[in-house]
Amino acid sequence: MTASAEYSDYATGAPVVDTKAPQGPINERWDTRRFEAKLVNPANRRKHTVIVVGTGLAGGSAGATLAEQGYHVVQFCYQDSPRRAHSIAAQGGINAAKNYRNDGDSIHRLFYDTVKGGDFRARESNVHRLAQISVEIIDQCVAQGVPFAREYGGLLDTRSFGGVQVSRTFYARGQTGQQLLLGAYQALSRQIAAGTIEMHPRTEMLDLIVVDGRARGIVARDLITGRIDTYFADAVVLASGGYGNVFYLSTNAMNSNATAIWRAHRRGAYFANPCFTQIHPTCIPRTGDHQSKLTLMSESLRNDGRIWVPKAKGDDRPPNQIPEDERDYYLERIYPSFGNLVPRDIASRAAKNVCDEGRGVGPGGQGVYLDFADAIRRMGRAKVEEKYGNLFDMYERITAENPYEVPMRIYPAVHYTMGGLWVDYDLQTTIPGLFAIGEANFSDHGANRLGASALMQGLADGYFVLPSTINDYLARNPHHDEVTAEHPVVQELLAETEDRLHTLLAIDGDRTPDSFHRELGELMWEFCGMARTDAGLRKALERIPQIREEFWRRIKVPGTGEEFNQSLEKANRIVDYLELAELMCLDALHRAESCGGHFREESQTPDGEAARQDDKFSYAAAWEFTGTGEAPTLHKEDLVFEYVHPTQRSYA
Amino acid sequence: MKLTLRVWRQQNAAAEGAMSTYEVDGISSDMSFLEMLDTLNEELILKGEDPVAFDHDCREGICGACSLVINGDAHGPERTTTCQLHMRSFKDGDTIDIEPWRAAAFPVVKDLVVDRSAFDRIIQAGGYVTAPTGAAPEAHATPVPKADADFAFEHAECIGCGACVAACPNGAAMLFTSAKINHLNVLPQGAPERESRVLDMVAQMDEEGFGGCTLTGECATACPKGIPLVSITSMNKEWLRATRKSGRR
Repeated sequence: MTASAEYSDYATGAPVVDTKAPQGPINERWDTRRFEAKLVNPANRRKHTVIVVGTGLAGGSAGATLAEQGYHVVQFCYQDSPRRAHSIAAQGGINAAKNYRNDGDSIHRLFYDTVKGGDFRARESNVHRLAQISVEIIDQCVAQGVPFAREYGGLLDTRSFGGVQVSRTFYARGQTGQQLLLGAYQALSRQIAAGTIEMHPRTEMLDLIVVDGRARGIVARDLITGRIDTYFADAVVLASGGYGNVFYLSTNAMNSNATAIWRAHRRGAYFANPCFTQIHPTCIPRTGDHQSKLTLMSESLRNDGRIWVPKAKGDDRPPNQIPEDERDYYLERIYPSFGNLVPRDIASRAAKNVCDEGRGVGPGGQGVYLDFADAIRRMGRAKVEEKYGNLFDMYERITAENPYEVPMRIYPAVHYTMGGLWVDYDLQTTIPGLFAIGEANFSDHGANRLGASALMQGLADGYFVLPSTINDYLARNPHHDEVTAEHPVVQELLAETEDRLHTLLAIDGDRTPDSFHRELGELMWEFCGMARTDAGLRKALERIPQIREEFWRRIKVPGTGEEFNQSLEKANRIVDYLELAELMCLDALHRAESCGGHFREESQTPDGEAARQDDKFSYAAAWEFTGTGEAPTLHKEDLVFEYVHPTQRSYA
Repeated sequence: MKLTLRVWRQQNAAAEGAMSTYEVDGISSDMSFLEMLDTLNEELILKGEDPVAFDHDCREGICGACSLVINGDAHGPERTTTCQLHMRSFKDGDTIDIEPWRAAAFPVVKDLVVDRSAFDRIIQAGGYVTAPTGAAPEAHATPVPKADADFAFEHAECIGCGACVAACPNGAAMLFTSAKINHLNVLPQGAPERESRVLDMVAQMDEEGFGGCTLTGECATACPKGIPLVSITSMNKEWLRATRKSGRR
């Protein structure tokens, strides 16, 4: 664990190229790829085992679909039931280019909005495919019985979301993620009952088995008995979600973690754009040091809520006593055409700016108002209640304030990670046979994800993309050689995993896992959060190896490894955060431009807006692991824009 | 505030359990109940004791993982999930009893963690629409009356936490099972499997060892998502209809 001479060192390797995306007109590429991909004879599919890690929208839909096609699926989740994956918490909705509103929407417009929203750091081919598939997703979910909101005529209702000017977001009150996930979970359940999926709940992947350069299985721990086991397959699919919990406080579930993708990265999978994290503008502000997580208020609230702060610094009158002309509706003022519906990165940064100016509200001045008084006057309280009732209730439960009477207070919080394992057009990582889908990969959202696009991508990957592309890999790589637990590579991996857990238990220091996680999170939020500087990132890069060193000296994990031990689970996840955090800071440092959710203070326009630098950074940064604390190798994938020409984003 | 906690401790499924008493101090009324338990656990770890195991994940009231009986009530005194319960519902000096879900079909895993896999098996028995990926017709091909869509949604809100079972003196899973049956059976997409769904899910529910329903209504009172008690009546109607139609039981 020796640190390199300079914390900011890295080597530059050969460019990484997506060899799977076909050429030709963009709207034909997905058809072309599906036609060119080899197929596996239906009768042979049951002979192939596919491991799927995670049961969220991506993993749940992929597991169910692969099993329906005839593959033997072995699936894992750390939760006690596949129904609890964190996709369940997504509130707002799912985009689809159905154009049911006849408002000028089209596949091309959804494609365009998503590439632009991602600040021109996503791959055109992937995004176009996503837009094409979006319409099929709605059909699929309706067929499963997902109870989307409907109009009186019985047709599906839609609403608008940030960063777009059409109404293409389908929703189920404020619980769209829950309803879509239960649809996937039910499809998964049908296959479990049919015996085509072997489901392992409360089982956490701790490492990836790579034999002869191919992914052949995983090492996983039964969280109840503590037993560490190996599982083998012809291909491994990671659908383990994002890594936002590196910040300690985020809107992710408490147990969401980066272990599956980080372990895969250590085994050779490149990690792309790790610094691209999304800070969501509408979360409930924190109340104190005891805070364990942050709660999102759906972005859909920005459809009807108006965001403001007092015009004067330090105005601490209750909001209802501040007259209209002393309020600054700053988003409507700065961005008149998009107003409160600017993309998330812009809304978040604007909130930070007004709070930094000393005009923030609530405890510590870390908040802005989201006010529904006008909406209630315009459409009546009953209508507001119908649209947002559950969100208002949730807000009131957490804050003990009634948002029908007092404006909500909101502040940005870490919500989603656009970065993830590098994948090609087939969603395959740089390790043959290892696929990454959903938030675990990097492919579709560039430097900023638009609202209601995560559900779309998770389900596109799981229901439609992966089940087509994985055929090609399995058809070309029939594994006649069987890998067993006796294989020396597997033995070594098992020993290494057991050793890591034993070490964590044996140190018996004087600091809890949470204390380290919190320290790391605060550091990341300060230096690798909404606004970043060269000096700050260098400071973080110096500090992280020190925290890591202290962790391995002072961590205290009670109990044993042979039982249900939540402290051990936590500590083991922090081991990976402590490495991933360093890569995130390094990636942020090297990308000396402002882009999407990532504002680099040295790179701004004269009027303080983000300045992207296409001449230098129009690429995806794919990092290769070389050792803990060692300088990683950067492989660039150049981004080519044939259809959407990069411009400075304007929402004014 | 300062509190006395009496917590169910049980090493594993096979071990005997007992209540243990702990004191916690410096609890803020803005903390969630689970953050209060986090505080206790941080202290226990530093003292070299085994922290209290409890299920939790999203802490937003939607994943359904958290599952504590607090002073005898599933999810505690407010109508919400344990993770959304805040300490402002308690007073300085209170003694709080914390136990796991108690039901024959939910065996204890450790301390406050129980095994709810019986719920998954009930869904596997028929809580789905058979709609393989790719076979779906255009979404607008079948309009669904808004009232039916709203009825389906109201039942689909169930988070599968199991509070209904924990609250029921009989340990029945009728509210959980009926919520899924009503969600799917009211929709045109769910109609082809309407009879087999209710018959198979109810049979699985019985097989899992859940008790019978005597309509005490405790389930609906404890349900954090407000699934109504009439949901059970609707399921019984569906079941009766299905037995008559199919001759099965």
